[in-house]
Amino acid sequence: MSAVAAALARARGNNAVRLCGGFLVVAALLAIVLPWISPNEYQQTDFNRILRAPEFGGMHWFGTDDLGRDLLVRTMMGVRVTLLVAIVASFVSLVIGVLYGAIAGYVGGRVDAVMMRFVDTLYAMPFIFFVILLMVVFERNFLLIFVAIGAINWLDMARIVRGQTLSLREREFVEAARLNGVPPMQIIVRHIAPNLIGVVIVYITLTIPQAILVESFLSFMGLGVQEPQTSLGALVNDGAKQMEAAPWTLLIPGGLLALILMCFNFLGDGLRDLFDARQSE
Amino acid sequence: MSLLTVRELTIRYDGNAVVDELTLTVGPGEAVGLVGESGSGKTQTALSILGLLPRNAEVRGSIRFDGKELVGAAEPELDTVRGRRIAMIFQDPMQALNPYVRVGEQVRRIVTRHGIADGADANARVLDMLERVGLPDPLRQSRSYPHQLSGGMRQRAMIAAALITEPQLLIADEPTTALDVTVQAQILELLAEIRKDTALLLITHDLGVVARSCERLLVMRQGRLVEYGTTREVFARPQHRHTRLLLEAAPRLSGVEPPAQMDTPTRLAIDAAVVRYRQRGHDDLLAVRDVDLELRGGETVAIVGESGSGKSSLVRAILGLVPAESGTVTYLGETLPAEVRRRSAAHRRDLQLVFQDPVGSLNPQMRVADIVAEPLVVHEPELGREDRRARVLDVLEQVGLDEHFASRYPHELSGGQAQRVAIARALAVEPRVLVCDEAVAALDGSVREQILDLLRHIQRRSGLSILFISHDLGVVRKISHRVLVMYLGRLVELAENEHLFERPRHPYTRALIDAVPVPDPAAPRYGATLKGEVPSILAPPPGCAFHPRCAFAEERCSTDEPQQQRVEATTVACHFADKLEL
Repeated sequence: MSAVAAALARARGNNAVRLCGGFLVVAALLAIVLPWISPNEYQQTDFNRILRAPEFGGMHWFGTDDLGRDLLVRTMMGVRVTLLVAIVASFVSLVIGVLYGAIAGYVGGRVDAVMMRFVDTLYAMPFIFFVILLMVVFERNFLLIFVAIGAINWLDMARIVRGQTLSLREREFVEAARLNGVPPMQIIVRHIAPNLIGVVIVYITLTIPQAILVESFLSFMGLGVQEPQTSLGALVNDGAKQMEAAPWTLLIPGGLLALILMCFNFLGDGLRDLFDARQSE
Repeated sequence: MSLLTVRELTIRYDGNAVVDELTLTVGPGEAVGLVGESGSGKTQTALSILGLLPRNAEVRGSIRFDGKELVGAAEPELDTVRGRRIAMIFQDPMQALNPYVRVGEQVRRIVTRHGIADGADANARVLDMLERVGLPDPLRQSRSYPHQLSGGMRQRAMIAAALITEPQLLIADEPTTALDVTVQAQILELLAEIRKDTALLLITHDLGVVARSCERLLVMRQGRLVEYGTTREVFARPQHRHTRLLLEAAPRLSGVEPPAQMDTPTRLAIDAAVVRYRQRGHDDLLAVRDVDLELRGGETVAIVGESGSGKSSLVRAILGLVPAESGTVTYLGETLPAEVRRRSAAHRRDLQLVFQDPVGSLNPQMRVADIVAEPLVVHEPELGREDRRARVLDVLEQVGLDEHFASRYPHELSGGQAQRVAIARALAVEPRVLVCDEAVAALDGSVREQILDLLRHIQRRSGLSILFISHDLGVVRKISHRVLVMYLGRLVELAENEHLFERPRHPYTRALIDAVPVPDPAAPRYGATLKGEVPSILAPPPGCAFHPRCAFAEERCSTDEPQQQRVEATTVACHFADKLEL
C-alpha cells in the first residue's frame, strides 16, 4: 500500500493531476448534489418553457430542452450516468483484466495458452453488434451497458498485463521470492501487481474515455439509457436534432463530455508518473 | 606538438560539475589510459571530445584537436573530424551496431560517407579491414547481421568500423568490459597491433587493462584529475590515495594469501548434476553435464568459467530454481527435491542467493525494510511487527547500513548499497549456504573490496558456506578455498585455490590465468594464448569440448571425451593432465 500512499503524497505537487483530478471531483459532486437541491426535476416537462436559452441566475441556468425540461438538472443526471459507467466499467475491466492477465502470465505454459486463446476467441466477436442485438432482444437495460463495455475492455487489459507479467516473472526479485517459497498468489500480489501499476493506470485512463464513448455512442444511437433517464450521449443526440434553433442543447452536454474525456486523459499521464517510485525525489 | 589537447575542461549539468578543470594531452600515436570508477566523468570527457554531449550539458574550457578548437564548433565542422579523424568504440557493440544492417554494409557506409572510396574499391577495403581485425572468413561475416556474431566478433567489427577511416585518434570507452577474459586479452592484443599511427585514448575502470597497453595514464575521481604520469611511474609509486585504492582493487594472482583450507564436514554435495533446457524447435541445450561438487562448512568454493560455461545453471539447479534433469543435491545428508517448491521450508531457508545485478534483484516498488523482511515473513511468520523490524535493522547493521536506509526505495541506493541490501535479505533468515552469482561483478573496485570483506567477515563469524560464481579470477584468488573451473557445462578442473593458481593441470585453466589483466606494466604482454571464442553450447565440439582452442590438442582429443581423474590433489578432465607442464 506504500506505493499508493507515496503516489498520493506526490500528487499534490503535480499540476495536471491537481487540476484535472479537481475538476472531475467537482463535476462528480455537482452531479450528485445539484439534482437534489434544484427546484426542477429532470423528468418534469413544462410546455410553457420550451427551448429557453441559458439564463444564469434565473430559473434554468442551462436553459431547457424541446420538452421544457431543465437542462442543468438533466446534464447533471447525464454526468452521473457517464461517470458511473466509466467507473464501473473500468473497475470491472481492471479487476478481471489484471487478475486474468497476471495469472496467465505468471503461471505460463499450457494455462497461459488456454487462457489467452479464450481471450482471442472473445476478441473475434463483434461486440457492438452483439450489444445492439441484446438490446433489441431483451428490454433495454441499464445493466447491459456495463456488461457490454466491461466485457470489451478487460480483454485489452488482460493482454497488456500478461505481456508485462511475462517479463516481470523473469526478474531477479521474483526469483528471490520464489527461492524463499513465497506462495505464487502472494508473489503476484506483492511483486508483480505493484510493478504493473504504471501500465495499468495508463491503460485504465485510456479505457475510461473509451467506455464513456461507447456508452455515448449507444445512447446516441438510441440504444443506451431510456427516457426519461439520460446520459451525456443521449443529451448530445437530443441536442443535435435542434442545434440550429437551440445550439446550447448540443454545446453544453457536448462540451462537458469533451472536458471530462480530456481530464481523464491528462489525469492518466500525470498518474503514471506518480505511481512510478523511481520518479520520486 | 600533441594531437589532442584538453585544457581546463569543465562539464556541468544543472550547475553540477561532472568534469572539473580537466587537462590532458595525447600525442600522435601515443596510447593514454583514462582510469576511474563509475561517475568519475571519464565517459563524459570522451563524449565531449566528440561533441556528443546532450544539449543540457554546459561545456567550458578548450578541446584542441590537431590545432582546431572543438568546443563550440558547429556541427558540420565537427562532422569533418568525428568518425573521420577521431573514431570511437563503445562498451557494448550490440548497442552501437545497427541490428538491421549487415556488418559489412555498416563498415562500408563509413567508407562511402567520408568519400574515402566507393564501389568495388570500398568493398575491397571493408573486407581487408575485417580480415585485419581477425574476423574469420570475412566475406561471410560481412554478410552477417550483428546478432549473428559473438560478442568478441562484434567488438572486432566495431574496431574495424572505427579504424577504416585511418583516424589519428581512437577513443575506446571500456572496450572489453562486456567480454570474457580470454576474449578481452585478444581484443587488447588486437588494439595494440593494429593501431599503427593511430593514437589511443583508452577509458577503463580497470588498471590491469591499462598496465600493458598504455604508455601514460590519468586517474580521475569525481570529475577531477587526481594523478597522471607514465604507466611505469604510477604503478611503481602511486601518489594519490585513490590511485593506491584502485591498485589494491585490481586483480592480482601472485602474492595473495588464500584463506586456509577447511576440514569441516561436508554441508552440501552435488553429485552428477545434469541440467537440460528443452527448446521448442531446437535441440536440447545441455547446460550442465555431470558435475560433482562438495561444499564444506564455512568454506568458499568459487565456480569460474566464461559465458556459456553453465555456472549459473549449476547453482540454479542446486537452489531448485531450474530442475536438474538428473543427479542429486544433498544437504546435511538429506537429498533435496529438484524443485524449490517441493523443498521443505527449512531447506529453502538454509540456501540463499545473491544476484549479479543489485538493483534488478530488488523490487523497485518496495522499501528496503520490506525487501529485507520478506524472507522473515515467510520463514518466521510468528514474529510480531516490532520483532521483525528489530531483526531487519539488525541485519542491515551487519551489512553496514544504518536505520535511515530502511525506508528508502532501491533506486535511491548506489550499486554497492543495493548489493548490501540484497545480502541483508539473504542473511536475514540466517542461512547456512549462500550462493553469490557474480555478486560483485557490477560493482566498482573499491566497493567490491568492501563487499568481499563483508562476506569474509560474516563467514568467519557464522561459519557460512559460500558458493561464489565469478568470471574474475582476481576475486576468486582472494576469497575462495577451492575453485571449480567449468567449460561448456563440463567440469574442467577442481582444486584448492593454491594448487589451481600455482600448478594448473588443464590447458584451459592456464589460459584463463594468463588472460587476467594483472596491474603490472612489467608483466609479459597479454598471454592471449587462447585462440577463438567459446563455441556455442548448442553445438559443443565432439570429444574434449575444449580441443578446438587448445594448444596441446592431439587427435584423440577430438574423438574421446576425457574422464575426470585425480592428479595429486586436483580433479581434472584432460587426457594429458599428468603429462603437461603448464
